[in-house]
Amino acid sequence: MTGNHSTSPHTPAPAPAEKQPAGNDTKLFTIIVFSENLAGVLNSVTNVFTRRQLNIESLNVSASAYEHIHRYTITTYTDERTIRTVVKQLEKKIDVLHAQYFTNDEIFIMDQALYKIATAKLVENREISKAIRLHDGKIVEVNSTYAIISKEGLPEETLALYEKLKSFDCLLQYVSSGVVAVTKSLREPLAEFLYLREEERRAMEKPLDL
Amino acid sequence: MTQKITGAEILMKALLDEGVKTLFGYPGGAIMPVYDALYDYRDRLNHILVRHEQAAAHAAEGFARVSGQTGVCLVTSGPGATNTITGIADAMMDSTPIVVITGQVGTQMLGSDAFQECDVVDITQPITKWAYQIRSAKDVAWAVHRAFYIAGSGRPGPVVLDFAKNAQLEMAEYVHGNIDFIRSYVPVPATAKSSIIQAADMINAAKRPLVLVGQGVELGNAVDELRAFLEKAGLPAGCTIHGLSALPSDHPLNVGMLGMHGSLGSNKKTQECDLLIAVGMRFDDRITGKLETYARQAKKIHFDIDPAEINKNVEVELAVLGDCKQTLPAVTALLKEAEHTEWRESFREWDALEQQRVIEPQIHPAEGPLKMGEVVRRVSELTGDKAVMVTDVGQNQMMAARYFRFTQRRSVVTSGGMGTMGYGLPAAIGATFGAPDRTVCLFLGDGGLQMTIEELGTIMEQQSPVKIVLLNNNYLGNVRQWQQLFFRHRYSFTPMMNPDYEKIAQAYDIPVRTVTDRADLDEAIREMIGTPGPFLLQAAVMEEDNVMPMCCPGHDVDDMILTSEELSH
Repeated sequence: MTGNHSTSPHTPAPAPAEKQPAGNDTKLFTIIVFSENLAGVLNSVTNVFTRRQLNIESLNVSASAYEHIHRYTITTYTDERTIRTVVKQLEKKIDVLHAQYFTNDEIFIMDQALYKIATAKLVENREISKAIRLHDGKIVEVNSTYAIISKEGLPEETLALYEKLKSFDCLLQYVSSGVVAVTKSLREPLAEFLYLREEERRAMEKPLDL
Repeated sequence: MTQKITGAEILMKALLDEGVKTLFGYPGGAIMPVYDALYDYRDRLNHILVRHEQAAAHAAEGFARVSGQTGVCLVTSGPGATNTITGIADAMMDSTPIVVITGQVGTQMLGSDAFQECDVVDITQPITKWAYQIRSAKDVAWAVHRAFYIAGSGRPGPVVLDFAKNAQLEMAEYVHGNIDFIRSYVPVPATAKSSIIQAADMINAAKRPLVLVGQGVELGNAVDELRAFLEKAGLPAGCTIHGLSALPSDHPLNVGMLGMHGSLGSNKKTQECDLLIAVGMRFDDRITGKLETYARQAKKIHFDIDPAEINKNVEVELAVLGDCKQTLPAVTALLKEAEHTEWRESFREWDALEQQRVIEPQIHPAEGPLKMGEVVRRVSELTGDKAVMVTDVGQNQMMAARYFRFTQRRSVVTSGGMGTMGYGLPAAIGATFGAPDRTVCLFLGDGGLQMTIEELGTIMEQQSPVKIVLLNNNYLGNVRQWQQLFFRHRYSFTPMMNPDYEKIAQAYDIPVRTVTDRADLDEAIREMIGTPGPFLLQAAVMEEDNVMPMCCPGHDVDDMILTSEELSH
């Protein structure tokens, strides 16, 4: 994995088949990991991917719905057998509470992108503002030098606007948040895990060690 | 109200509360407050001063392996800490519980490239179960108790505590207590009852079952449970190198060591069995040979405490998660009594072939120079097959594993996963502290001895009763063997120019004897065993001998050669 945690269009990700020449069942997986909020967990999480030679396509870390618990959303191209082991190796980390992998049809995903473009180009080429409208982008700031456009959507949608703006030669900066995702499942495995562990703790009369 | 004491003293009290009596270490700048506190605890904490920090980690490993307790190692920051890295990685690979306490510069200096500062937590995270930096005295007790719980529970492993100097000096209260619950950490996974029933059904239905015994059986203290399991259903069992003493060598169901230099029978039959039952082992490549063809004909059951090992290398039909101390008896209760006589008999032709072609020429050679195998076997026999076997890595290790015999549990101390040369001497020192009532025999080569030879100083100071058997062939023997077999006899940097080991031993005041003639071997071994304290027995063994049989790299596990000549055909 590289230091850049989100997909960079400037170094486009190679096609899945090129990434894993050994297998043709390679696809994009989204891994959702929950950990205790302790120093160093991020490193140990990414290290599991590095060891298995997996390139992290995007990585997003944020607070979760639970106090003191962090949520990681990671995407990577690999095959199902590998990702199954990776998830178990993630869960093995002491401070990781839960890890699970998903394919795109099992989750609702969203990406947030910002585009900074040259105002002069925007004014002289009307196709640019048309494209922004067509792609459902929002112009959130304009001054004499630059304009900032914001767009949220699926990664391929934010990428499509990027490609379009690039073709107009007006792009000064581009950044994507990397995907965040929630599961479509009716079950909440983390909540179940926490509930189970809390029951066990009470039964054993143990103090809470986070 | 409890009195406030320094973080360094809290460490002492927390170690005592964890039952620690012995630690292996080396002082230095950033750990000085701890060593100062230790000065007042010398009557309760026996600190062994090693001569290099790598040895402290290996000694802690050796201590842990024979005692079943967590080994402790105490070093300073920077180079002191990095010198322990090999031992930490070794402990991770071989599931050995150790706690390594490293000094660290004060938190106000962290990140400033201070003298002897090193980012130990980040370096060790991939090779530990847990690595944590203690930045305040208030954290010390919590971190130490957590460290011991994590290192010793579930699948054991190493933990690093990076102890910032200011936290050693700050004052805080020590509150007694231990930790045996961490919300995010489930040391023993729940066992599905269905898996127990299904395992019993599969074993009861099997015609040609084969059990693979790993170190998990020793770690789970399930030696008796394993035996009852095997005996009830008449299940032949091979052992990994770490599992060798989980089943007595002469047990009728023991079919020998598995893998690259294992027994011919166990490897041949791996490819013929109809059910493979792995217990506390991880299908290392040295066990499986070519993975694509490994036991394809067999159904497989994997008993393990670590869910991440299931289907990692070998896909199995059934996983029995949990502690084998519980799962094995649960399955045994459902087993039908069986003998599998014909199947067990079928191992014999291979045993006979190996005995005649490999074993006899190795342990009872009629003439020529001493052989490694005969030295090992005689040491084993003359210690009543009851000693702890410590090895270094290489031919000495494989010969020891093949020809030493075991009747006692927790008798194997070797670097299996990492294959760390230089492990033997310090691990043997640790073993003498972990099992003070047992004879500790160390087999090592002239290469490995020189890698940590400074530990002869520790042996001298402690008078550690390590019976050092140096199998000297003037080569880095295992690499030389591979060069002979796979690199057209091109002995690239494997001939070893050796010092006079007798003089070295004498300089350390360690009794020494060199044996070159077969006729003197027994008497020399008896002298070694009969001499109290340490002893160096140098055996001048055949220079270009090879460990056989051998499953050559990339070959099917049953495709073994018995002599090096076979390879050229």
